[in-house]
Amino acid sequence: MTRTAHWIHAWLLLLPSLVLLALFTHYPAVATLWQSFFSTAKGSRPSVFVGLDNYEQLVEDPIFWQALSNNFWYAFWTIPISIALAILMAVWVNRKIAGRGFLRLAYFTPTILPMIAVANIWLFFYTPEYGLLAKLLEPFGAGSQNWLGSKATALPAVMVVAIWKEAGFFMIFYLAALQSMSPHLAEAAAIEGASRWYFFRRVTFPLLMPTTLFVLINAVINAFRLVDHIVVMTRGGPDNATSLLLYYVYEIGFRFWDTAYAAALTVVLLVILGVAAIAQFFFLGRKVHYQ
Amino acid sequence: MATIAVENVSKHWTTAEGQVRAVDNVSFTLAEGTFNVLLGPSGCGKSTTLRLIAGLEVATSGRITIGDRDVTGLAPAQRNISMVFQSYALFPHLSVRENILFGLRVRRVPPAERDTRLARVADLLGLSALLARKPSQLSGGQQQRVALGRAIIAQAPVCLMDEPLSNLDAQLRAEMRQEIRALQRKLGITMVYVTHDQVEAMSMADRVILMDSGRIAQNGAPTELYESPASTFVARFIGTPPMNLVALVAGPGGAVIRGTQGPAVYPADCAGGSLGVRPEHIALSTERGVPASVESVEYLGGDSLLAMTVGGQRIAVRVAGSVGLRTGDGASVVWAPGAQHFFTADGRRREASAPSVPATLTA
Repeated sequence: MTRTAHWIHAWLLLLPSLVLLALFTHYPAVATLWQSFFSTAKGSRPSVFVGLDNYEQLVEDPIFWQALSNNFWYAFWTIPISIALAILMAVWVNRKIAGRGFLRLAYFTPTILPMIAVANIWLFFYTPEYGLLAKLLEPFGAGSQNWLGSKATALPAVMVVAIWKEAGFFMIFYLAALQSMSPHLAEAAAIEGASRWYFFRRVTFPLLMPTTLFVLINAVINAFRLVDHIVVMTRGGPDNATSLLLYYVYEIGFRFWDTAYAAALTVVLLVILGVAAIAQFFFLGRKVHYQ
Repeated sequence: MATIAVENVSKHWTTAEGQVRAVDNVSFTLAEGTFNVLLGPSGCGKSTTLRLIAGLEVATSGRITIGDRDVTGLAPAQRNISMVFQSYALFPHLSVRENILFGLRVRRVPPAERDTRLARVADLLGLSALLARKPSQLSGGQQQRVALGRAIIAQAPVCLMDEPLSNLDAQLRAEMRQEIRALQRKLGITMVYVTHDQVEAMSMADRVILMDSGRIAQNGAPTELYESPASTFVARFIGTPPMNLVALVAGPGGAVIRGTQGPAVYPADCAGGSLGVRPEHIALSTERGVPASVESVEYLGGDSLLAMTVGGQRIAVRVAGSVGLRTGDGASVVWAPGAQHFFTADGRRREASAPSVPATLTA
């Protein structure tokens, strides 16, 4: 009797979160997969089962490939650069320097600002002729460069904003990890005559590996689900030069209302993220030293 | 040559509450190949003094030399020292082997020499079977050995240790005490060892430097600190239980223990100061001596520890075996004239100028 009571008790406690998770996470995920095998209902034509048709369309869709490649290059550049900057800043603000608290706050600011507002500020930076960047570059004759408007520079310009935002966020994790390291380790190394770089390479960096793994997985997920500042700054343009996967899904689903095709794209996105996360845990997880 | 000389060294910090004098004009010289202990309660400046010798802190003023070389402004690595930390400071992601070899790799010692030195150190400390393990897979005592190994493989003439045994249990601590002492003798290292444990200091040291509030309270061999403490601070710090100190007042025929009617223990000019006698130098008597009463009796096997009061002042008495006394019983206490120490009112030792000890007190 008491066993059953315990059992009911446990399920009742789990119920609220279970309901929310099922309603907003599990059901939509399964529904998306299910819908990706049907056609989109249009006017008088109801939705019918089409098998893998949506996926075939996807393989032949050049914009999908463009978005995928954009997203790959976006991740390829922003992740390592923002992680490297984060470590550098964390090591720097971890030292005893004047105004340390202020510096930490300054680095963290990009993370606490709403992305839409931030994107608008950067939009101003990038504006040709009278934007901040244009004014700075005017003496060098590059004042009329349209950073967000030309195919060659639009994606790098978006990447810079992402790095600026992510580096500060990741720095907080690295800083926390650095603060939990015993200062005696650095002293022991100093007595042996290890240079700062040697100590970083042989001790600090390996001890930061658990943080790096965590940050890396988050960075990959963030890179593939970026949508807000694309919406504000470029709307995927020019000519899809800055169209990333999630933005493309959003466009297909909510501007062209082809929900079935959007569902198929979403499934592909989820598979990419899942595979990336598992691969990182699997390959890097073994090399990570956990204390 | 690895004589260490510390000359008029001070270390001050400025905090919100004002200036803190962690080390206040301290001078001492440590002979080559000796075992030296910096002893004192927490906050006395002993660890800071060690860190100043190591170069992990920079002296506010003064000069430090190691083997005739002025190292005051040198980085830790240039001082030719090794160090063992209280926390061991082992690199958690490196194996025992790599932890021990860390310094040799930094200094690019050739692999062949590296391996011979590692083999010798591992053999010396009994770590040969543990070389592939990570620190987290070792017991506290084994971690301690790895920290020792990392220090001695450097073959530096000076080794600094900051409370290295404080994280070990009592039995292991006793073993490691002997081991560290034997190692120091065998390798001829000049050792500077920081501890707050006077038993460690007394049992290991050639020289003990007892510190109090950033200054040296006494600097000498363990026997000197035990037999002629320079102040009441030293008298209270050394010995388990420490020396009994009772206040003296002027009485009939000389200075008497406050609260008693005599007998006089010292010529009258010592009134206002205090008398010190070690618990193990006091004997119980039924005929002579100073009357006292028993507060409690602690039987320890080989001896018994009595808490007694003399004129309202508490003293401890250590006697061999068991005694037939109970709480509330009265007994007289006596001691040998050589066992008495006198201190002035401000706590400094007063060299006994051949005081006439009343025969009534002689044990």
